[in-house]
Amino acid sequence: MYSRIAGTGSYLPEKVLTNQDLEKMVETSDDWIRTRTGITQRHIAHSDQAASDLAFHASQNAMKAAGVTSKDIDLIIVATTTPDMVFPSTACILQDKLGVENCPAFDVQAVCSGFVYALATADMFVSSGKCRNALVVGSEIYSKIVDWNDRSTCVLFGDGAGAVVLSQSETPGILSSHLHANGSYKDVLSVPGSIGGGVVQGNPFISMEGGTVFKFAVKVLEDVAQEAVTESQLKTTDIDWLIPHQANIRIIRSTAQKLGIPLEKVVVTVDKHGNTSAASIPLALDLAVRDGRIQKDQLVLLEGVGGGFTWGAVLLRW
Amino acid sequence: MENIEQRIKKIVAEQLGVKEEEVKNESSFVNDLGADSLDTVELVMALEEEFECEIPDEQAEKINTVQEAIDYVNSNAGN
Repeated sequence: MYSRIAGTGSYLPEKVLTNQDLEKMVETSDDWIRTRTGITQRHIAHSDQAASDLAFHASQNAMKAAGVTSKDIDLIIVATTTPDMVFPSTACILQDKLGVENCPAFDVQAVCSGFVYALATADMFVSSGKCRNALVVGSEIYSKIVDWNDRSTCVLFGDGAGAVVLSQSETPGILSSHLHANGSYKDVLSVPGSIGGGVVQGNPFISMEGGTVFKFAVKVLEDVAQEAVTESQLKTTDIDWLIPHQANIRIIRSTAQKLGIPLEKVVVTVDKHGNTSAASIPLALDLAVRDGRIQKDQLVLLEGVGGGFTWGAVLLRW
Repeated sequence: MENIEQRIKKIVAEQLGVKEEEVKNESSFVNDLGADSLDTVELVMALEEEFECEIPDEQAEKINTVQEAIDYVNSNAGN
């Protein structure tokens, strides 16, 4: 038994924040942001929207594309760093919104690697025969944890959600998944605050050592891509579509170059979405499926890296 | 075989998109050759690859000019 993505969906909040808008908020410039990150705009959720609301729209689109209804879903995994609340999980809140009855539902927290972690986890349930149709979602509202006075981080992030329905299949589908973490890097990319005694204790905003993150990201995105293709006795040049986490165009370019993959085979959304953390990979996947770039039987590599550090990849045959 | 100085100047020119003759020993990556913060990270990564060594972050911060890169490689990698 294998698992295969039966449908994809995504959702972006209506409000768009351009680099020109940011120029009016902090001391920055469109040119500085574009040359360092490749980002020109990002979407920002409405103040009354929560991660489960974004997830709800993306899930509905994915379920429609897969031709399934809420009755068919028997597992929900939501990857998010910005959950609706401390508990219950965003997955349970989403389950209620979708009207899905009794099935396992839980969140996965692996920051920007979250969707890869969630998809790898769902694959275990589906390919083992425990579940038939898993709903796997990445949904983030980073605008909540961005310090809008910190020009070094506030220009980088955006909000959005992407979802897939992962269904049982006689043929692959997912060929392999590869998950890693190294907690000794926990302090270089974090939101260190927590809730205690009725208030937020510590810094509730993103703190990041950009140079260290950049260097680590390029290294592990190369390593884990090699690991994934090697396990299937393939080469990186066999990859039809590389869908890396969308953090920074320069990380994406460096990674593609090291892997010998031309940029035309890389799905890029960071210019329009910014870094949407766990949502970036399913958002990019949905875009490339819907615009017809990804075709049946093509080899697709999803890979991400994020705070922790965590990193991972899923190799699949579309 | 090119010497270390030539290899470093070639890498600097490639990474920063400048002509090799513009890369002088005393050139500062940021002030003279227009590097930004990510360029300097990418430059260190390219040096690590070329000379098969790992440059720790606290050492990398001290490499601001072409000559400093040459000195570092001479005393730490040198292959």
